[in-house]
Amino acid sequence: MIGPFVAVMFDGFAYGMLLFLMSVGLSVTLGMMNFVNLAHGSFAMIGGYVTVTLMNHLGWPFLATLPAAFLVAAVFSVAFERTLFRRLYQATDLDQVLLTIGLVFMSIAAVAYIYGTELQPIHVPDYLRGFVTLWGVNFAVYRLFLVAVALAVSALLVVGLEYTRFGAQVRAAVDNQRMARGLGIDVDRSFAYTFALGSGLAGLGGALAVEIVGLDHSFALVYLVYVLIIVSVGGLGSIAGSLLAAIVIGISDTAGKYYFPYLGAFLIYLVMIIVLMWRPAGLFGRR
Amino acid sequence: MTMTSATVVEPRALLLAQNRWHPVEIAFWLATLLPFYFFPSYLSLASQIAIAALFALSLDLILGYAGIVSLGHAAYFGMGAYTVGLISKLGWGEPLSLLVVGALSAGLLGYVTSFIIAPFRHLTLIMITLGIGLLLLEAANSASWLTGGADGLQGVRIWPLLNTFEFDLWGYTAYSYSLIVLFVVFLVARRLIHSPFGLALRGIRENAVRMPAIGAPSRTHIRKIYTISAIMAGIAGALIVETTETVSLEALSFERSADVLVMLIVGGAGRLYGGIVGSIIYMVARDQFSGVNPQYWYFWIGLLLVAIVMFLPNGVLGGLQRLTAGWKSRKP
Repeated sequence: MIGPFVAVMFDGFAYGMLLFLMSVGLSVTLGMMNFVNLAHGSFAMIGGYVTVTLMNHLGWPFLATLPAAFLVAAVFSVAFERTLFRRLYQATDLDQVLLTIGLVFMSIAAVAYIYGTELQPIHVPDYLRGFVTLWGVNFAVYRLFLVAVALAVSALLVVGLEYTRFGAQVRAAVDNQRMARGLGIDVDRSFAYTFALGSGLAGLGGALAVEIVGLDHSFALVYLVYVLIIVSVGGLGSIAGSLLAAIVIGISDTAGKYYFPYLGAFLIYLVMIIVLMWRPAGLFGRR
Repeated sequence: MTMTSATVVEPRALLLAQNRWHPVEIAFWLATLLPFYFFPSYLSLASQIAIAALFALSLDLILGYAGIVSLGHAAYFGMGAYTVGLISKLGWGEPLSLLVVGALSAGLLGYVTSFIIAPFRHLTLIMITLGIGLLLLEAANSASWLTGGADGLQGVRIWPLLNTFEFDLWGYTAYSYSLIVLFVVFLVARRLIHSPFGLALRGIRENAVRMPAIGAPSRTHIRKIYTISAIMAGIAGALIVETTETVSLEALSFERSADVLVMLIVGGAGRLYGGIVGSIIYMVARDQFSGVNPQYWYFWIGLLLVAIVMFLPNGVLGGLQRLTAGWKSRKP
């Protein structure tokens, strides 16, 4: 009785960690520039396809593909940020939504054209397969690995934001962009770096997600919704908020699918609407 | 709305001037009759276009005029569609009364949800409209005993219009019917936009915080226009079921919400004819490229969106207006 419950909770937790990796970047960049970037899910998808391509066609080991997924997604995002996004920082939400949803459509079609529409197979190495049994409960090794990576990344992020000069600049820009500019901080430059970092993390999340949720061309849109829910529920610009929201959404989604399969994703959407009505700026948002 | 001279215009005179019918408008509506004579084999498509235009017009009222960005407008379209489908399955298939019932059910949903969306702007608003749309889609998907789930509703039967005009295979009745409904709804929307209420909506779009300061209750106005827009979307949903006799989850899907947004943007939001022109362009293009895999179709839609945001901020109509304005100013 307790065993399956713990297993579901753990699966949900691991899933939440995955969602956190994919959404934390959007949370920070949205907090800084208020730029509604719906293409964030596409950067995660790019990471997934980088890993699949490197492993299946070039024979790279799985672990080596992860930094590559991070880098490629980051490079793509900076290219878009420099050429398209930066022109729209002062534009209306509608224009931002339209531009980025246009990019989502293009990325989905491009991926369907190159890779087809079928689910991409992936074979993680043997040492990441199987289960570890603790107190009579089976923990999948891959999910443990996922949790470890996500925790390491969040620790790095928190340390980076709290104790480095760059982190201080980012926090200043999130708190009050005009004031930060007034103090001589080059907000545009730190934003470009943050944007690359956040999209890279999305790419890493996408690469890690292939084994758990599968990867096909619709990934960008399906997980975009989850990412947006986490960002808006957690509050813009808040890492702790994203982490908490991701864990809550991950666990409730997994538990919902396990215990109330007929409800589908209904619960998640309901929770999101209620939280937003209660706290429009999210659980940890200040604006 | 650009005023060339800085003269102060009396509000009543301004509204009256806007309300006057322009010859181009009359020509446009006369042109909608052309398909009967020139493209009789495309009447079904024409009827689909008229319905899409009606849906886009309903989105224009909230998005173009009141500035409410919605990613879940298909909720009301689907509500109207499923209401009509379910009632006709029970054995009542009279089109006009079904249209009214579909409109009312969507309006009721719109009225209830308007209380949820009215206080919010920006990302929160986008997420709540998206959430409402997805919520309804999931609900319809889960309640497959009622809605038929992913297979769609089976056994929808619609009686002849006014007991005389059968919905034929060529779409004569369908197009005539859709066009008349579109025109009537358009007249309502036109009257609404050129009223003081319409002016207040544009004020809300420009600055929702300042409007209450000059005595215009923003939230009440938003709730009103949102409900009206939901009713119109419900009429569009009801029409599509009556003319095609099918309903599926597609009517509630995110793609439906995104498509109508694209149509409106292509034509030009915040203009009465924006949605209509946009849906003509979109639907005709999709019909012409129907051989293309839908997956690739969306690539061009995406590119179109990026191009419009970058180069044609007010859609095709905005571009045309700029062209004609340039042409007029060059004339002595």
